[in-house]
Amino acid sequence: MDKVIEFLNMGGYALYVWGSFGMTALLMLAEPLLLRARHREILRRVARIARMNNEERT
Amino acid sequence: MKGRHKRLVFLIAGLAALGGITALVLNALQGNLSYFFSPTEVAEGKAPADHLFRLGGLVEKGSLKRGEGLTVTFTVTDNLKKITVSYTGILPDLFKEGQGVIAQGKLGAGGVFMAQEVLAKHDENYMPPEVADALQKGHQEGVKAMQQGPESK
Amino acid sequence: MNSRLINWFKFSSPASFYPLAGRMIPWFKWIAVILIAIGLYMSFFVAPADYKQGEGYRIIFIHVPASWMSMFIYVVMAVWSGTGLVFNTRLSSMMAQALAPTGALFAFLSLWTGAFWGKPMWGAWWVWDARLTSELILLFLYIGFMALQGAIDDPRRADRAGAILALVGVVNVPIIYYSVKWWNTLHQGASVKVGGGGSSMAATMLITMLIMALGFWAYSIATTLSRARCIILERERNSTWVRELVENRRG
Repeated sequence: MDKVIEFLNMGGYALYVWGSFGMTALLMLAEPLLLRARHREILRRVARIARMNNEERT
Repeated sequence: MKGRHKRLVFLIAGLAALGGITALVLNALQGNLSYFFSPTEVAEGKAPADHLFRLGGLVEKGSLKRGEGLTVTFTVTDNLKKITVSYTGILPDLFKEGQGVIAQGKLGAGGVFMAQEVLAKHDENYMPPEVADALQKGHQEGVKAMQQGPESK
Repeated sequence: MNSRLINWFKFSSPASFYPLAGRMIPWFKWIAVILIAIGLYMSFFVAPADYKQGEGYRIIFIHVPASWMSMFIYVVMAVWSGTGLVFNTRLSSMMAQALAPTGALFAFLSLWTGAFWGKPMWGAWWVWDARLTSELILLFLYIGFMALQGAIDDPRRADRAGAILALVGVVNVPIIYYSVKWWNTLHQGASVKVGGGGSSMAATMLITMLIMALGFWAYSIATTLSRARCIILERERNSTWVRELVENRRG
């Protein structure tokens, strides 16, 4: 347990080290997730428009 | 209406960014692009006389003296010229004699630099403590060998 | 006609590039995951503490790779932008558009991790020295590029305007790199010199940094290709192949 605390403390630089790695992890995880949502959204929108066009024709 | 609104926001953001860039460029070109003056440059009169500027160099070994309270004095050198600096405040962690320093302030009476801010400057060398110790020992032995060399011949 | 030549031009159409990118993404995604996992492990458990900065210097394993990526991506973005401008190819401009947000992300991370590193080591979160200021300008250029494209309705005109901005701004990249050599700066000199000057880092530290850099590079490719696919679908949404693609997904 001591070792874990020592590791988290980063020799007194905890705020700076984890503040850096934390922001990095946050952004590099958020970016691909946002892109996945964007991809789904555009496919959904195109499908909806295609469906409406089909219904219009019939 | 919505499309035009979005476009306006984008345009303003874009112009703001461009404006920011221009302001920074102009600001940088007006002032010195160099972040600090060396002691030699200050001695040559290149630093502004009664204006804030930054002095950079090495903290001369043995020059750090503590005054009353948080006031300290030390000498900044570039191995050619020296300037005494007086600073009241907490020194950064990496501030050490023999290491780099950048102080912002004004030249005061008697050629003493009255610093308002002191930053530690470090070099681009990274190594574990054992390697640093070994280098230090090797350096000291080399210096010793040089001093004893001419005598031992 | 040389058959290889024909194949090359075939992929310069958004319709052919879309599935190609789709096949490439998983590879780069997994390379990125593995490299970054190894890099993170080495950052904390293999690389030794620094003789001067202790554990605090480990920020370098994010800061330097992010800074490298921010500069590299900008140059690539400018090249694609310029290509789209000169050859009037849609896909080149789409690639530039896809690169910008990832480049901006790394520029931001460079500045953020730099600030979190500078505060304990220098004693300041921010200084207006040449390197920091020019990296901030790089972030503004990325944001300006994205804002400019968002503000112009016609996609081709947006591409052209963005290209001009990207090309004008590319001069900033060598300024960032050489700033520590040309001027007195607070920021220290290069730890790794381009052109084989060697490095001033212990071997383990250097290797860790390079692995993280490669991981970030693979990540950038995967994200950029993903975004390019989104942009292609958005810009080509009225074309037959997109409609067929959507119908095949449902059917």
